[in-house]
Amino acid sequence: MTNNDTSKSVFVAAIFAALAIYPFTGSEFGTDLVTTTMVFAIFALSLELLVGGTGLVCFGQAAFFGIGAYSAVLLSPQYDPGSVAILLPAAVLTAALYALFVGALSLRTKGVYFIMVTLAFAQMAYFVVHDTSLGGGTDGIYMTVKPTLGAIDLGDTQALYWVTYVLLIAVFVFLAVLSRSRFGRALAGIRVNEQRMRATGFSTYPYKLAAFTISGAIAGLGGFLFAVKDGAVNPELMSWHLSGSVLVMIILGGIGHLRGALIGAFAFVLLEELFKSEAIFGEFSKHWHLGLGMTIIASVALLPRGLVGLPGQWGQHLLGRATRRAEDMEVQNAKA
Amino acid sequence: MKKTYIGMFAATALASTVTFAQAPGKVKVGLMLPATGTYAALGTAIENGFRLYVDEQGGKLGGREIEFVKLDDESDPSKATDNAKKLIKRDNVDVLVGTVHSGVAMAMAKVAKDTGTLLIVPNAGADAVTGPMCAQNIFRSSFSNWQPGFAMGEAAAKKGYKKAVTITWKYAAGQESINGFKEAFEKNGGKVTDDLQVPFPNVEFQALLTQIAASKPDVVYTFFAGGGAVKFVKDYASSGLKATIPLVGAGFLTDGTLDAQGADAEGIQTTLHYADSLGTPRDNAFRLAYAKAFKSQPDVYAVQGYDAAQMLGIGLTAVNGDVSKKAEFAAALEKAKIDSPRGAFTLSKAHNPIQDIYLRQVSGKENKVVGIASKALADPARGCRM
Amino acid sequence: MDFTIFLIQLLNSLQYGLLLFLVASGLTLIFGIMGVINLAHGSFYMIGGYMAFALAPIVAATFGGGFFSTLCVGLVLAVVLGYVLEWAFYSYLYEREHLQQVLMTYGLILVFEELRSLLVGDDVHGVKVPDLLAGSLPLGEVMTYPVYRLFISAVCVALALGMYFVFSRTRLGMMIRAGSTNREMVQSLGIDIKFLYRVVFAAGVAIAVLAGMVAAPVSSVYPGMGNQVLIICFVVVVIGGIGSIRGALVAALLIGLVDTFGKVLLPDAAGVLVYVLMALILLWKPDGLFKAG
Repeated sequence: MTNNDTSKSVFVAAIFAALAIYPFTGSEFGTDLVTTTMVFAIFALSLELLVGGTGLVCFGQAAFFGIGAYSAVLLSPQYDPGSVAILLPAAVLTAALYALFVGALSLRTKGVYFIMVTLAFAQMAYFVVHDTSLGGGTDGIYMTVKPTLGAIDLGDTQALYWVTYVLLIAVFVFLAVLSRSRFGRALAGIRVNEQRMRATGFSTYPYKLAAFTISGAIAGLGGFLFAVKDGAVNPELMSWHLSGSVLVMIILGGIGHLRGALIGAFAFVLLEELFKSEAIFGEFSKHWHLGLGMTIIASVALLPRGLVGLPGQWGQHLLGRATRRAEDMEVQNAKA
Repeated sequence: MKKTYIGMFAATALASTVTFAQAPGKVKVGLMLPATGTYAALGTAIENGFRLYVDEQGGKLGGREIEFVKLDDESDPSKATDNAKKLIKRDNVDVLVGTVHSGVAMAMAKVAKDTGTLLIVPNAGADAVTGPMCAQNIFRSSFSNWQPGFAMGEAAAKKGYKKAVTITWKYAAGQESINGFKEAFEKNGGKVTDDLQVPFPNVEFQALLTQIAASKPDVVYTFFAGGGAVKFVKDYASSGLKATIPLVGAGFLTDGTLDAQGADAEGIQTTLHYADSLGTPRDNAFRLAYAKAFKSQPDVYAVQGYDAAQMLGIGLTAVNGDVSKKAEFAAALEKAKIDSPRGAFTLSKAHNPIQDIYLRQVSGKENKVVGIASKALADPARGCRM
Repeated sequence: MDFTIFLIQLLNSLQYGLLLFLVASGLTLIFGIMGVINLAHGSFYMIGGYMAFALAPIVAATFGGGFFSTLCVGLVLAVVLGYVLEWAFYSYLYEREHLQQVLMTYGLILVFEELRSLLVGDDVHGVKVPDLLAGSLPLGEVMTYPVYRLFISAVCVALALGMYFVFSRTRLGMMIRAGSTNREMVQSLGIDIKFLYRVVFAAGVAIAVLAGMVAAPVSSVYPGMGNQVLIICFVVVVIGGIGSIRGALVAALLIGLVDTFGKVLLPDAAGVLVYVLMALILLWKPDGLFKAG
């Protein structure tokens, strides 16, 4: 393990340590907010597997998130608490199935077309829940009683926090292991140069499809947690705005790094909170979109590699141009 | 780097709890209204109306000073639960007021029901808020989607129309309004032959207008609001249908949109619990005060905001400013007669206004009262168990 | 559906399709030639709409004249806006990945929408149909067809022809086509590619603004109007084949047909039909109907 790798591991460990301490210091609201953010982090990680891990830009990730959420609510019994042991796998499975279907078809296209086909399939899911009574139409439906897992009641803020926390770590570790496995390396190979992979007689399609399905499943897991947290679902969970937001999260954090998705989710939520804050911006907080928009634009201009790349950028400043050139080469190689 | 973020994160969350810690003696009102997006103007009107009443009372309701905490709900239901919780848990508001969008209001009602926080809905007409979602601590100062629809159904049947076509966006508010219309219209001998729907928020109506022309009904009933309402009214007129088939609708079709609709709206009849020229002393006083305070003319949304504040005032007075006495708060409102600019109204058992629904006609740039379409109309509150 | 009604619906779908083409053609131009995914395209449409509303009184006061002078002033402003935006923001995006383009243009949407709120407010506004075109023609027994809608269609057709002409018949079009296939080569031939791109971008913005202005009298202007057209524009561009003007035209007309007849014949599935169409076409032809060229 190189020096760099160690610092990364320490960094990630520090995040999870901080998250483990947080509920003991924060208010109930803070705990709630961090839970939401961790759910988004899981969601962002699912997309990172596609975008950063495989080079597939999916603009319809919200569909899988939403399907997970809707499944959780639709399969919950009306008056008794549902069982997490049943609902969670069910939500993950339905999301994975839809991802398998979407992936099987959309992976025939490439580049911008892939972006748009995934969007189209997400819009389909959106209109199905929006226009039919299946999921309560526009106003959505409710989960009247939160599910339980043995003695753990997910209706409890703290319990939900810890379950989300554990699942976030599980997803993170799973993806980290995956990326180091033979499968992960194959995906990386596809990202770097799919042509070459195919030219050497390697069939890329099943690998991409597997990645797409896994990604959908993880998004479904995020959706499940979101539904349990809110106790309500509505079609906006599948809207292209949410697909866009989660893309923004991972780009903001830094594509190509699992911790980028983590950082991005937190940074995005934090930015929103910041610009919405009446305490800081007064009356102008009404126009919080303006601040958020300008920050996003600035981050593209100043942080091409996302927040993850920030220490590297500072380092370059200190070390001068020689290193910068070398690093750029590295990035180019990674991208190529 | 990440650590600093977590640190900042913790700090912000912590700081916000500290900054917003409850000041003694004040009642905190959480205004969860749209500040961005399609409904932003409506949010402003509601807030203005609410503040106007509070200011008229010297900033105090029920003997306690009122403090506002505002939050932009973005009219996004997927963020609604978090936003409502934020006001309740972070800002410790005593009362939640909001909102315009039905889906968001439903999520707020759910949170209010779970946490027992007082909620006053100043617009969203979703039937369910005072139906299956009804609760002791949930009130509405506006209307249910069913009400204007039902009133127009009666009025249309009374006019002798026999065959109607309805058209709306494919979303809950529209469907509920159409259901109200259909119920009354068919009970009184009419028949709705076609129920046309446009995918939300699509505003390309031409194909369905052609359908209407083909089926030649006696009347067309519609539920549209905002930009969709403007476009529909203009398209209806420019397709020549206005001259042969009268267009009627729930009042939002011509409320806040008359400037944009211009002459194309002239003569359209709608039903709503408010109109531009009621001419009552109560309404005149309200309109004058509003115009003075905000340099603009009030609309139905401002009235609903104003009445939401009145309702809060009545409740708070009854419990001497002690918001924890939910049962007494509710009991006082259930008995109260609310002196609204729209005309006095009472609350149903499900806490929805029992109110006169006016029949209005567009004349000049105003929705003028023609008469009362339904007197003291109460929402049936289907599914409410309280 | 009897035959007259069928014909009228056909006319409706044609007219809607042409309007879609008008909005989407600027997008396909920017998308195809410069390779930039511009999510803010809907915002330009919105800016056009609000220009038609907000500029009218100013133009009337300074220059006199009505809708058409406003149109001209708006177009000039749009070209300037496009030129400046390209210089300030978009020129940094050519070398970047699609993802960063998505991110920046997403940010721009938020900024434009809030600026709109600050400058013009959040109300719904109507724009008057110019007197010259205010009439309508009889159609069927009870319907009439507004002349202004025919005018919109005429503008769309004129634009389609104009773009076709510029691309295939002029030196500028040739340079642009060459520039989109090989940026470096064109540069080495001594053509100022930066300037060329700036011009193309300004033209793309101007077309979107034109679409917004021309559509404003029928659609009225309201907050969020840009976001509504954005996704459908992308669908048009992708079905047609990125960068293909001809493809955009065919795709727009196709969507007009599917949308119009979908609403009438399959009302329950109307919302989803357009996306089903797009998915089917891309599965059949993964690069869209017409590959750029």
